Amino acid sequence: MARSLLLIARQAPWSGLAAREALDIVLAGGAFDLPMAMLFLDDGVFQLAAAQQPAAVQQKDLTANLQALQLFGVEELYAAGRSLRERGLAEDALGLPVRLLDDAELTALLDRFDEVITL
Amino acid sequence: MATMKFTLALFSAPTSPASRRALRFAEAALAGGHEIVRIFFYQEGVHGASANLVTPQDEPDLARQWQDFITAHGLDGVVCIAAALRRGVLDGQEARRYARPAANVASGWALSGLGQLHEAVQQSDRLVCFGGP
Repeated sequence: MARSLLLIARQAPWSGLAAREALDIVLAGGAFDLPMAMLFLDDGVFQLAAAQQPAAVQQKDLTANLQALQLFGVEELYAAGRSLRERGLAEDALGLPVRLLDDAELTALLDRFDEVITL
Repeated sequence: MATMKFTLALFSAPTSPASRRALRFAEAALAGGHEIVRIFFYQEGVHGASANLVTPQDEPDLARQWQDFITAHGLDGVVCIAAALRRGVLDGQEARRYARPAANVASGWALSGLGQLHEAVQQSDRLVCFGGP
């Protein structure tokens, strides 16, 4: 059976290459049809915000790449509810359908995967 | 003791403590009779493949140590090509392709895609990651 991978994205979309390169790992794995999920944690939840204006800081829009996750078969997308609350992000301000997890559910999620990459 | 197959992923530059920790882990893994399926260099980790790092003589040269380690043990050291290009880490083929004046990837390294990370993970008992943003 294929080994499963959880990628935890902790960087804001304006943090440089980190957010994009983390996402690229998942998109590459999706092409191999591997069991993968993505968790947006800490500043990583800013990647989910709708109505971003990356051009204002001469950045490409990451949200198009995030939308591609489901096309690549990566359907398990999660965000830490606590991280959203700490940053004043409401669930209806998110541009991607994710499941919000409380702290206990985060622990269960981590236990469920063979491998975890945090970036 | 049962031996394990490891894949290592390194996300930080050779000047980082994470790079030193990863190398020491890799040395200990081999010394303990374990197998290293692949060492994958991503994000700032790609600088470890540069042959152009010049380190003062009284400071440890992690890029050189990585290269010596990989060569000595015949390991599979793979550098993510997309991450490497963005950071000016090029082999001869890429330097020609993008008309850049020089190649700086040390011998013993392969530039390849992220699929190499996933493939190695599937062949390993454990992925161990070092460093990151």
